[in-house]
Amino acid sequence: MADFILPNLGDGVAQGDVLKVLVKVGDMVAIDQAVVELETDKATIEVPSDVAGKVKEIKAKAGDKVKPGQVVLVLEGAGEAGQVGGAAKAAAPVAAPEAPEASKAPEAPQAPKAPESIAERSKVVDIAAGRPAPAAAPTPGPMATSIVTAAPAAPSVRRLAREIGVDVSQVSGTGPGGRITQDDVKEFAKRVMNSFGSGGQAAAASRPAGGGSALPDFSKWGEVERKAMSGIRRKTAEHLSHAWNTIPHVTQFDKADITGLEAMRKKYRGEAEKAGGNLTVTAVAAKVIATALKAFPQFNASVDAAGEAIVYKKYINVGIAVDTENGLLVPVIRNADQKNLIQLSVEINGLAEKAKARKLTLDEMSGGSMSISNLGGIGGTAFTPIVNWPEVAILGISRGGFEPVWNGTAFEPRQMLPLSLSYVHRLIDGADAIRFLRWVAEALENPFTLALRG
Amino acid sequence: MSSHIAVIGAGPGGYAAAFYAADLGLKVTLIDNEKNPGGVCLYRGCIPSKALLHVAKVLDEAKHAVDWGVEFAAPKIDINKVRDYKNRVVEKLTSGTGQVSKFRKVNYIQGWATIVDAKTISVKKADGGDETVSVDYMILATGSTPTKIPSLSIDSPRVLDSTTALDLPELPKTMLVVGGGYIGLELGSVYAALGTKVSVVEMTPGLLPGADRDLVKILAQRVEKIYDKIMLSTKVTSVTDVRSAGASAPAGVKVTFEGEGAPKEATYDYVLFAIGRRPNATIGGLNKTQVKVDAKGFIETDGQRRTAEPTIFAIGDVAGEPMLAHKASHEARVAVEAIEGHKAVFEPAAIPAVVFTDPEIAWAGLTEADAEKQGIKVEVAKFPWPASGRAIAIDRTDGLTKLLIDPATERILGVGIVGSGAGELIAEGVLAIEMGATASDVKLTIHAHPTLSETVMEAAEMFFGQATHVYKPKRKS
Repeated sequence: MADFILPNLGDGVAQGDVLKVLVKVGDMVAIDQAVVELETDKATIEVPSDVAGKVKEIKAKAGDKVKPGQVVLVLEGAGEAGQVGGAAKAAAPVAAPEAPEASKAPEAPQAPKAPESIAERSKVVDIAAGRPAPAAAPTPGPMATSIVTAAPAAPSVRRLAREIGVDVSQVSGTGPGGRITQDDVKEFAKRVMNSFGSGGQAAAASRPAGGGSALPDFSKWGEVERKAMSGIRRKTAEHLSHAWNTIPHVTQFDKADITGLEAMRKKYRGEAEKAGGNLTVTAVAAKVIATALKAFPQFNASVDAAGEAIVYKKYINVGIAVDTENGLLVPVIRNADQKNLIQLSVEINGLAEKAKARKLTLDEMSGGSMSISNLGGIGGTAFTPIVNWPEVAILGISRGGFEPVWNGTAFEPRQMLPLSLSYVHRLIDGADAIRFLRWVAEALENPFTLALRG
Repeated sequence: MSSHIAVIGAGPGGYAAAFYAADLGLKVTLIDNEKNPGGVCLYRGCIPSKALLHVAKVLDEAKHAVDWGVEFAAPKIDINKVRDYKNRVVEKLTSGTGQVSKFRKVNYIQGWATIVDAKTISVKKADGGDETVSVDYMILATGSTPTKIPSLSIDSPRVLDSTTALDLPELPKTMLVVGGGYIGLELGSVYAALGTKVSVVEMTPGLLPGADRDLVKILAQRVEKIYDKIMLSTKVTSVTDVRSAGASAPAGVKVTFEGEGAPKEATYDYVLFAIGRRPNATIGGLNKTQVKVDAKGFIETDGQRRTAEPTIFAIGDVAGEPMLAHKASHEARVAVEAIEGHKAVFEPAAIPAVVFTDPEIAWAGLTEADAEKQGIKVEVAKFPWPASGRAIAIDRTDGLTKLLIDPATERILGVGIVGSGAGELIAEGVLAIEMGATASDVKLTIHAHPTLSETVMEAAEMFFGQATHVYKPKRKS
């Protein structure tokens, strides 16, 4: 007998929400067969089994939070590959395997899961579906909802939780047998507020007070609707709050004259399209940034505050912020410096599609050197992007347009592209930053410099 | 201005909703075709049956008193006076609800309601005339009626259902109860105590399907002595009138059976059908609203008991199993609070179920059968009543108290009791489950001596292998 233990999901991924268990009790599972679908930080991933055997027990269900090291499936008749699982077990035994589901009080998550209408709705459906027997059943059946899955909290405590918008099943009880007290609910709500207000627990710890004040009752002023944050939104909120709180940001602005570039972009657009790409400003900017990072190594670095060191990266990977229905995602183009414009434009297209379909893997969203956020397609004259920690700089692009530019003798209509560069002042000084931004602007104005200096 | 709520049906769900809404300051109209609020429960169900069961219990105790050195002469039963007593109980209670309804300024209309649209109800009043009521919200609490099997339904005064059985038309010499569920067993034991030879026929292999077998077993041992015959796994295949030639009224009912150990046919003075209840969801004009009815005939609702029509709620028997008065009255409060804009949801951890036979059976939360079906690991701690001083003193050691305990957290997940007064004792179990109490909590709570309630505490002690009155050390696992 062996267990399928949730493997490490990637750096910094502490847990995932089970979307679906892909196997049933009695199924045969092969090595590398996807067995569970998880929503983690920013991606939906199917986790393959590293052990084979017949499913004897399933220890997770949709909606559960699972952590690496946790037993998800109990398999019997597992082959030698079971040792792989065994190794993982040794590495991170989190939950006692025989503890039944209900006793595993979920760890207080970092962000709240307010009761969403869907959740409530599905509860209702459960009750309906579980109605015992036909109408003619002669005995008074007990309630169909499972007492085991219900949170161990007194009715008054459950009411309090409901009133203040806390999902009581998310609260871990401090009482005997995991019983949830009124204080547990209040403490949970307070912690949630704090992590909201100041962005993640790390930040909350460094800024103890301030962010924790409770929201007023908006319904006093009109109708409101409360929706739980999606996993992506939650992670974005946490990630950006952390970046905002820990990075001393400075943003500088400049403009690039892209009149010439626009002509060239039009000229070669067909070629890119034939290859399956779009020769967009973003693609060109990716090429420019990839080249600029070679010339300015301190922009391709990270600050190890704890070790008081600077980590310089010998690779150049460029992140591209993508706006999706589900929120902001930043896929990364690996070795962007080694790719030509056509290749870049094809790859950006592919990654954007995957982002929109929520098919990006965690791997495809990590390891960036520097990111680009192009909002020009929508509008704006300038903005101050937040650095995508642990990177140290981000390039923002706003909407370009024709402006009168003094050429020494007269005003000339030139197409100007507004650029913003946010950076970590801890590592980069203003003069370096504006040199970098000028370099980028000049490269956009005259792509020849890419070959000349890059 | 406050909202106007109309409640259709004045049973324990409907009147609880109306009264609570009135207490919260809402304008309330309550519609029912009885003179006073009460519904099936007060008029034709829980309450009158309990009055008769009380009579049965006294008769039974008087009979057993001979074992205790007191011998009574055979009782003389005046069926008319028994019926009067039951009617007085009903009258007292329903006039009481009528009075508190007036005190609360609830607009009680005796009549038959038809829905005109989601905001309008038309009432055909009992005293003649129609009244149209405009409302902001409706609560449908129309209850349920006894199930009929069409092929076995004959129009005979000698075929009873739970309603007509409570009218006690006469004291039959023989009676067949069709259905071994709680209604059949309760009413059957009333007639048996009054002197009728009662037989029971049940389709499934056991009495009280749904209740744990160890509890039913103790009841069955006593029931076997009271009843003439108990036919399990047996179907009734036909029911016909027996009439002597030229007689205007039938003299009995002939029933044919299909099942092992059952006679092919037998004739009884009366036959009582108690095979379940059906929701009353065929409300006139319901189709003028968005309200949906499911395949089993229940009105579909969400956790707040809101139907698909946002201003219409449904509670009680018509809104789903279990069809129990106390479920209805709790749903009533949830629905009213939802109308008031609170985040109330009906999500009890346990709804007690009580069968008022003698001995009574009561359970709450998880049953052993459910635990097994759902693969939930529980430890069952049982305290047998022969070890209870009080049970011995009242000569009722036919009892068992058991707790279903989560071995990991020691939380109490279910309670099952069979024995005299189990229906009262279960309350502690429900509270324990709702409060998330552990076996230690119950064990450490002092229970008065000598009471039957101690059996709950001692069952918790059994979990730890240290019950005072039972020697059964905990298995070393």
